[in-house]
Amino acid sequence: MTATVPATAALALGDDALVLSHRLGEWAGHAPVLEEEVALANIALDLLGQARVLLSMAGDEDELAYLREERAFRNLQLVEQSNGDFAQTIARQLYFSTYQQLLYTELAGSDGPFAPLAAKAVKEVAYHRDHAELWTLRLGDGTETSRERMQRACEALWRFTGEMFQPVEGLDADWAGMEAQWLRSMTDVLGRATLAVPEGPRTGAWSAGAGRQGLHTEPFGRMLAEMQHLHRSHPGASW
Amino acid sequence: MATAAAHRTARTDADGARTAVGDTAEYERAFDAAVAADERIEPRDWMPDAYRATLVRQIAQHAHSEIIGMQPEANWITRAPSLRRKAILMAKVQDEAGHGLYLYSAAETLGTGRDELLDKLHSGRQKYSSIFNYPTLTWADVGAIGWLVDGAAITNQVPLCRCSYGPYARAMVRICKEESFHQRQGYELLLALSKGTEEQHAMAQDAVNRWWWPSLMMFGPPDDESQHSAQSMEWKIKRHSNDELRQRFVDICVPQAESLGLTLPDPDLRWNEERQQHDFGTIDWTEFWEVLKGNGPCNEQRITQRRNAHAEGAWVRDAAAAYAAKHTGETGAKQA
Repeated sequence: MTATVPATAALALGDDALVLSHRLGEWAGHAPVLEEEVALANIALDLLGQARVLLSMAGDEDELAYLREERAFRNLQLVEQSNGDFAQTIARQLYFSTYQQLLYTELAGSDGPFAPLAAKAVKEVAYHRDHAELWTLRLGDGTETSRERMQRACEALWRFTGEMFQPVEGLDADWAGMEAQWLRSMTDVLGRATLAVPEGPRTGAWSAGAGRQGLHTEPFGRMLAEMQHLHRSHPGASW
Repeated sequence: MATAAAHRTARTDADGARTAVGDTAEYERAFDAAVAADERIEPRDWMPDAYRATLVRQIAQHAHSEIIGMQPEANWITRAPSLRRKAILMAKVQDEAGHGLYLYSAAETLGTGRDELLDKLHSGRQKYSSIFNYPTLTWADVGAIGWLVDGAAITNQVPLCRCSYGPYARAMVRICKEESFHQRQGYELLLALSKGTEEQHAMAQDAVNRWWWPSLMMFGPPDDESQHSAQSMEWKIKRHSNDELRQRFVDICVPQAESLGLTLPDPDLRWNEERQQHDFGTIDWTEFWEVLKGNGPCNEQRITQRRNAHAEGAWVRDAAAAYAAKHTGETGAKQA
């Protein structure tokens, strides 16, 4: 009955949630409107909750979060990208939440070890996606400035989206089917937001697409340095 | 009973005949009677202009304190030393944003909108609690803020749950419940540090040393120097004097500090058998007034961050407004 947990998959999903939660946490005190302080923190908290369950499936959550080197993290490069402006944060969230919703829906329906978590998380993720979609519509179909910013953000992050559909060892999912659905969903939402679907490649020529193998982008090292500094400064301490 | 009836009459009249010239003296008598009878004043009731202005000032200052107060704690979200602590801290900072929302809404029931109040905050015409002009230098400061600053805030705010103005009193009930969680998490955080390694214990003690006196200042100037107190007490917006609440807070903290294994940085602090209260040292009011005037360690930093967040978010708010204007019909049609 006890299915063995595929550690690679637990780390991949857990690191995605952990890293994106951290990025969203950076917004605290900087959001464009008070309601978004609440909303962004809410999404960050949901993701952190998911991360804690997933990392605990692979080992000790704090050891994994605070004591691994950059190259040992298995998250997508998309989630580690800097917040940028609000448009970039929303584009990142739209891309990721849509992917996460597709994946968790599949996992929730499976009988694998991730089914219980996915069944709970997919409800949260539906709200995250809804939030990102509504803001994509507002920014895309808002003012001239907001449309420009949103279009730019969608373009800038597009090359990190191919990686999401590379199969992860230990996760039984229809990756090609999810990718097709994801693209359909993007075409629909961006279209309604009066935005153009980016045309560039969905993976970079060199490193984009390798987060799952532990190859990250420059902003990630700084993020980890900040996140891990205090914990690492007091080896063995309890908090 | 007569008072309640008179007050209800005044409410109906004020509501139904807002533009008509009413008998102000009669309304005022009804208002006074309602306050004296511990009835709640509601948004559509007649109220003296000065009562309204006092409430707006106080609620706005409280709302501003919640949103500025997010900054010193958010300072540690990205460095929280465990995932459990990180989740707790994020939730706490989120609660503060939520408190800001309730309070701006309470002020709105008095006819003053959030935009106007934010403008006043950004331009320095309205204040926030001076305590947030102190820096959070170490992780232990997150604990000290929870234990002492939120503890002082609760001592101040619990009586506000019985404030004469209904929407404010009701907002405070919810806020106080959440604040008491915050206070306990701060205590628990400090306890973990105090019982931890030598370095962690020292970190906790240092934080308490720095936050103790500013926390005592949170109750405001001594009673004989507090300019708004008397009238607010009469209107039952305020129920206890600054010094009374400060004393209550000190008496609560002393045994808690002992349980924490930490020392409060006041050599004059001792139990007074006769008063059945603690005596404590003299507060440095020069520091209080200086920080209030803008010369605290973080005044400039806090307000600059707030102004920047607001200015940088303008295009987002504009977009939302433009989108809403374009799609109002659709939404209405869908809802219908």
